[in-house]
Order: sequence, then structure tokens, then C-alpha cells
Amino acid sequence: MSEKVWIAGGGVICGIGLNLRECLQSFRTMQPGMTTMQYLSSVHRNTFPVAEVKADNDALADMARMPENISRTALLSLIAAREAWQSSGLQDISAYRVGFVSGNTVGGMDKTEDFFTQFLPDTARGGRLQQVVHHECGSVTELVADALGVRHHVSTISTACSSGANALMYGARLIRNNIVDVVIAGGTDALTRFTLNGFNTLMILDQAACRPFDNTRTGLNLGEGAGYVVLVSDSLAAQLHPWCRLSGFANANDAYHQTASSPDGTGNYLAMKGALDMSGLQPQQIGYINLHGTGTQNNDVSEGIAINRLFAPHFPAMSSTKSFTGHTLGASGGIEAVFSALSVKEGIIYPNARFEHQMKELPFAPATAYSEHNDIHHVMSNSFGFGGNCSSLVFSGY
Amino acid sequence: MSPIYINGSGCISPQETATGGLLLASLREYEQVRLATVDPDYKQWIDVKQIRRMSRVVKMGVGAANLSLEEAGVAMPDAIITGTAYGCLDDTGVFLTKMVNQQEEMLTPTAFIQSTHNTVGGQISLLLGCNAYNNTFVHRGFSFENSLLDAIMILKEGSAKHVLAGGLDEITNYSHDILTRFGLYKKAPVKTMELLNSPTRGTIAGEGAAFFTLSMEKGDHAAAAVTGLSTLYKPMWEGEVIGHIVKFLEDNDCTPADIDLLLTGRNGDIDQDEMYEEVAAALFPDHAEASFKHLCGEYPTATAFGLWMANRMMAEQAVPAAAAFYGKAPERLRKILLYNHHQGTHHSLILLTAC
Repeated sequence: MSEKVWIAGGGVICGIGLNLRECLQSFRTMQPGMTTMQYLSSVHRNTFPVAEVKADNDALADMARMPENISRTALLSLIAAREAWQSSGLQDISAYRVGFVSGNTVGGMDKTEDFFTQFLPDTARGGRLQQVVHHECGSVTELVADALGVRHHVSTISTACSSGANALMYGARLIRNNIVDVVIAGGTDALTRFTLNGFNTLMILDQAACRPFDNTRTGLNLGEGAGYVVLVSDSLAAQLHPWCRLSGFANANDAYHQTASSPDGTGNYLAMKGALDMSGLQPQQIGYINLHGTGTQNNDVSEGIAINRLFAPHFPAMSSTKSFTGHTLGASGGIEAVFSALSVKEGIIYPNARFEHQMKELPFAPATAYSEHNDIHHVMSNSFGFGGNCSSLVFSGY
Repeated sequence: MSPIYINGSGCISPQETATGGLLLASLREYEQVRLATVDPDYKQWIDVKQIRRMSRVVKMGVGAANLSLEEAGVAMPDAIITGTAYGCLDDTGVFLTKMVNQQEEMLTPTAFIQSTHNTVGGQISLLLGCNAYNNTFVHRGFSFENSLLDAIMILKEGSAKHVLAGGLDEITNYSHDILTRFGLYKKAPVKTMELLNSPTRGTIAGEGAAFFTLSMEKGDHAAAAVTGLSTLYKPMWEGEVIGHIVKFLEDNDCTPADIDLLLTGRNGDIDQDEMYEEVAAALFPDHAEASFKHLCGEYPTATAFGLWMANRMMAEQAVPAAAAFYGKAPERLRKILLYNHHQGTHHSLILLTAC
């Protein structure tokens, strides 16, 4: 049961790159992905900047080798999952017992919301059914699993913004329990009017580029994308060149409010503490934290206070890559897991864009410059969501 | 696999499952293609002010979870795991409708907040004040099975003593209209007690919630334990399903002869029920068979209702006439095999053993 689980590779598509190397280049050159909406059609186009994937559905469908009328959520998912698989060195997928575990928050909602404009006036005949056939979260996952040729285990997790992180945890368990040998785990979400308007009603969207962990922050920017790691068992890892291990993980519930974090970050603290305990590490051994860091008043102060409680006085380098990618919701845990695993492999500290003003509640500040070849052995990645769902992952070198 | 005891269970369904008493003692019969839950008095678990804001799926989830914990005598579970294919359809529909009709203007947050798939799991945690592990699986006809698998793994890992796991889905007017247009349901109303012998395509829509308090330690009220669980995704043909069941039984150290009752997910769709015929003919030709979807309707997490019913049959050591489909079960029920498939693509097996 204590078998090690390794990260054999990873893939990302998001607002700062169509693949992982493009994303790294954007971090290196300090090019965040927030712009005026180009692809999502919304009356809020000129009000809220978003970090869209810089390609229309036709271009993504070509990349994914899928029909262009498929949900953008599935297109993004397949592109990132395929990159992850190719980077793992595993080759023929049918040679292994493979699972695909993907998180997302609204499934094929991008098509459903188009359907609804014709459906509402005439529910018996309005709208083309083709647009809702993949509405379910699980249906998006299956489109990708089928394209990849995964059959042994297919699963979808939806715990709001921690969906992707929980997919990695469940995937690691599947390997430790000898149900499969390999799991492609992470998450995907495309921008939709549904989520944009939902977050707008909560009044937590910034009309400028977001400023995570800055004292002047006023909200988040939504993003979109997908990110997956390839988890492998100890015995398979011996034949590969894995990036690092998934050495610890924990999931806790804040049990405070359906959408807000508790002032003292109870769930955040429990998740981070639980992940550290599983990895057998002391707080000072963590070299970098990829923060949840949405840029909302509430998240950053709760997360910061929980970090202070756990890490003081030895604060690792930390940053919110959402300052580049926007908040990609169900994808964020997967995308940030790939960034974190690469951080262990290549000693990368990612920059936190637009940080200028120290938060008055906290004794530490995020890193603001990109650097690589740092002496980093252990990295933590945080994902906290609605419903009080808090998860933390720890990645460790050999 | 080591036994995972069902120390408590709770179910809210189109039958009178939330009020105790013998299984199906007051059978609800319907003649319609859409069944709705028989709702208990939710005030026993939820504050009246909160009830008004909660959608049906949240209420039935909180209710079934509480029934299950009460029966097990567990105040605070060590993990809460929810399976729901459709999630919170009602609040999703409300927000979507207003967004379309009001051209994205003047929207309010309540429906959006309650539309996320983890609302039920989050609300159970919130009402219990439970900071423990909390996860939500949303994978079509495997949503409940994945929750159960996660629960079993966590118990085996030793990080939890009591796990609350369940499956639930709701029907809304919109979802029923859309699924009807996909041709899933009977064209005309059919009597539920005649559904399984219906000679036509299509089934009836159902909904409900069933939760289980699971542990590796046998509780005072445990009648049975889950001793096997397996899923099969998109098998190529019937032979693959039959082979999978044979291997499943082998892996769990038994043969078809050890199975006292086959409990199937027959739903009255003449095409979909053929798979159950094939399986019964190949492996269980003389076995007693019972079914459950004529009682709860078809929905992706209906196996949660099936498992709840299997557990109750084990506790009562009897198969109610309303559930029986073929043959006569032996006097003593020791092993029940629950075999379900959802739309021919999602097959699952749950082995329940008396304790």
C-alpha cells in the first residue's frame, strides 16, 4: 500500500501556451495570458479580461484530431493528455493497464448554453440534440479516453476548483491498490458564459489583470485549459526516466461556507499538513509552493494565514501561476501539478506577475522573477474549491 | 477482498424507503414514464430556512446521508464520498435559463453557487461540521461505483474508520424533456409492475439517493458486507461481459454456484435487457433473479438503490415478491451478486456477502 507513485510526464494547454514548452517560455519572458475575449461570446467581452487558449475550435480540433463541433473542454483535454502521454516514454498505450482520471466543473456546458437559446422557447423541438449529447462531465472524459484508447479505468471528478488535484490523488490510489499500472490524471475546463456569469454574480472577477497575494487585489481572472500528468507504478518507473514522485497528498473539507474559505484557512491548513505528513517531510524541506492564489480577497488571506501557521518561520519560495494562466477551475489542479512536477525536475521557481504591495496580514511575499536550476527537492501544490473542497499535493525528487 | 461492512444505510427513492419497516411492505405502483421520490420530512435534518433554498437533489442527499449515519450510530464520518452523474440539474437549469432570458444581466448568485456538482458533498460536510476527506465522482453510469471504490480503497489504506459513500441523481423538467428527445423512455405510460415484461424499447425515468456508512469493523446493525466490486467500460460484445463476470467471481473466490440471488438492473427496454438474458443464460440459468429498476426507475446512479435493496434483503433474509423476477431464492441468502449496465456501455458488479 505504500508503493511509490511516480510522475513519468506531463502536458499542458492554457492561456500562455499550446504546450508545456510554450508555457515555460511565457513564464521566462513574463508574458501573462489575460486579454480581451477573442473566442468566448459574451456581453461582458469588454469588461472582464480572460486567459483564453489562443486558438479557435477549428484549430484545436485539427490539433486534437477530433470533429470541431465537439465541446472545447474535450478538445483541450485530448491535446494536453496526448502531450502528457508522449512525454512519458511509454509508447503503446494498449501494452499497459491504464486509467484516465479527469476533473472538470461543467462538462460540455459551452455547447449546452448555445443549445438553451433555441431550447427554451420550444423544449419539445428547439435546439439540436448534438449540442447536449456530451453535456455530462463524464461524457467529456470518455471522448478523450476513447481517443487515447484507455479502457481499464475511466473516471471523472468534480470538486470545483480542486477537481484536477483530486484526480491525481485518486489516480495514485488506483496504482497503489494495484487496479492499474498507469494513470493519466489531471483536469480540463473551457471558458463558458455559465461560469463567467456565475463568478460575476459572486463579485469576485477583477476588471483588470488579477494580482494574487497583492494587498490591492480585487478578484480573479478566469482562464481555460487542461493539464495532465502520467502517474506510474514503482515497477514501471524503473524502465523510464520519471520527473519526480508524487510523495504526498491530502484532501480536507473546510466545512465553513459553500463558496467562501474560513478566515483561518482550516481546510487549507489540514490539506497542506496532511500532504506533508504523508510525504514524511518537515515544512522547511519544501522548496517551492505553487499557490492556489486566485487573487480574491478571501482566498489569498485564508491560504496565506494557513501557510503562515504551517511554515513560519521558514517560508519556501512561492507564487501563483494563476497570475499568468488565470483561474482554470477544474483544470487548475492538473495544470499546476504539471508545473510543480517540472519545478522539482528542473529547479524552476515560477514568477507571480504584478506583485507590488505586501499583504498586511502576512509576513512573506511571493517570488516575482522566473528562475531555474534552483536547489529544489520538494514542491507543494495547493487547490482549494467551492464546497470547502481543499487539496494539496507534494512532489519530491529521487 | 476484505469485507467492507455496511453498518448503516439510507435511501430516498420513488418507494417508501425512508421510513423504516419491511422492504417494500407498502409498495408504490405507478403508471407513468417519470418517477419522483417519496420525500420524507426534511425538517428532521435541516433548518426550515435552509430547506427553502435547497434543491431536491441536495435535500435527498442530506436526508439519505443522515439516515445512513443514524443507523450506523456514527456522528462524524472520516470521509464523505458522493457519486452523481448529472449533479445539481435544477440549479444549473435555473441559472442557465435566467442567463439566456436576461442576456447575461441582473443575475443572482444562489443558483450558480448550488449548481456545482460537489454541492451535495459540500452541504453534508457543512451540516455535520466535518473537515474530513470529501470527494465527488461524476462519471455517468460509474459515478456511484467510483465512489464505492474510493471508499473501499481509503478503508483499506487505514486512513479512515467510517466512510460515508453514496449515489444520487435528480430529474428536472428540462432534463426529462431532453432525455425524452434522445428516445430513452417508453412512448406511452406503462404500469411499473409490468415494466420488465414490456415488449418495447425504452424505459422509465427515475431518481433518488442512497448512502452507506462503511467500515472494516462490523457494526451492531450490519447485515452484509461488500466483498467485491468491479466495473467494465464499453465491452466489445456479450462474451466480454460474461468473461468479466467469471473472472470477477474467481477473483473473489467463488463460482456461480455460490451466488444465492442475482440482482439485475433490468429496465424494461427490450434491447438493453437482452444483456441480462445473455448473462443469466450463460452463467446463472437456474438461479433466482430479482430486479430493482421497475421500483426506482432508470438513472445513472440507480445501482446505489440496487445495493441498498440488496442489503435490506440480506437483513430480512427474504426477497419481496415485488422485487422477484425469476425463480425462488433459497431459504438462506448468503451471497447476492448485483449486476447492472447503464446504456450498454457501463457495466458493474457488486458482490454482497451476509455477515
